[in-house]
Amino acid sequence: MSEQQVPAPSGPTVKKFMFVNRKAPYGTIYALESLEVVLITATFDQDVSLVFIDDGVYELVKGQQTKGIGIKNFSPSYRALEGYDIEKLYVDQASLDQRGLTEADLLVPVEVLDDRQMGELMAQQDVILSF
Amino acid sequence: MLHIINKSPFDANSLDSCLRMAQPGHALLLIEDGIYAAAKGSAVERHVAEACTKFSVFALQPDMDARGMTSKLMDGVTLTDYAGFVDLVEKHNTSHSWL
Repeated sequence: MSEQQVPAPSGPTVKKFMFVNRKAPYGTIYALESLEVVLITATFDQDVSLVFIDDGVYELVKGQQTKGIGIKNFSPSYRALEGYDIEKLYVDQASLDQRGLTEADLLVPVEVLDDRQMGELMAQQDVILSF
Repeated sequence: MLHIINKSPFDANSLDSCLRMAQPGHALLLIEDGIYAAAKGSAVERHVAEACTKFSVFALQPDMDARGMTSKLMDGVTLTDYAGFVDLVEKHNTSHSWL
């Protein structure tokens, strides 16, 4: 019996991916596309962070009801991210403040960061994808 | 890290947010319509000049030339070309193309 070729053992390469979300949810397709790419990345067991800056914070607002505009309400998907081991969600404090929002208005638990913390977090990433 | 901005500061808030979060030692590259931020005499000049004191700011010359803005380049911003663009990306561990 010939010996079977066994692939050389090699650990999976885990990179730090950050998805930067800066657009409101339904006016453009960016927010939904971002979410889809995030879920794909998660299936490859990468280290994924999501950040919400500027109008991107509107993606996480509770109570979205989209029946009237005929577009699927994808906001419940943010709550499902935990099931894909995506638990690093960061929100920009100043963007919340400017829009009269607080953490209590958001549909998922997040970590709120100031400018410096956000800048430093970005600099630690291997890959940053902007939506 | 390297921040890349391609939108006019008069059309989008990406430059504002970027400048808020960029830290000392980071670099900023203005390309496409982003180069309008590098012009003398604009309403954002002071904002960009302040950024130049904290980190390196570059503007892509072909985009400045194409828009007739090269002669208006403000002090503190360094012109670069496509090869320089590649060097900047290569030199920094992380790049963020702000949308």
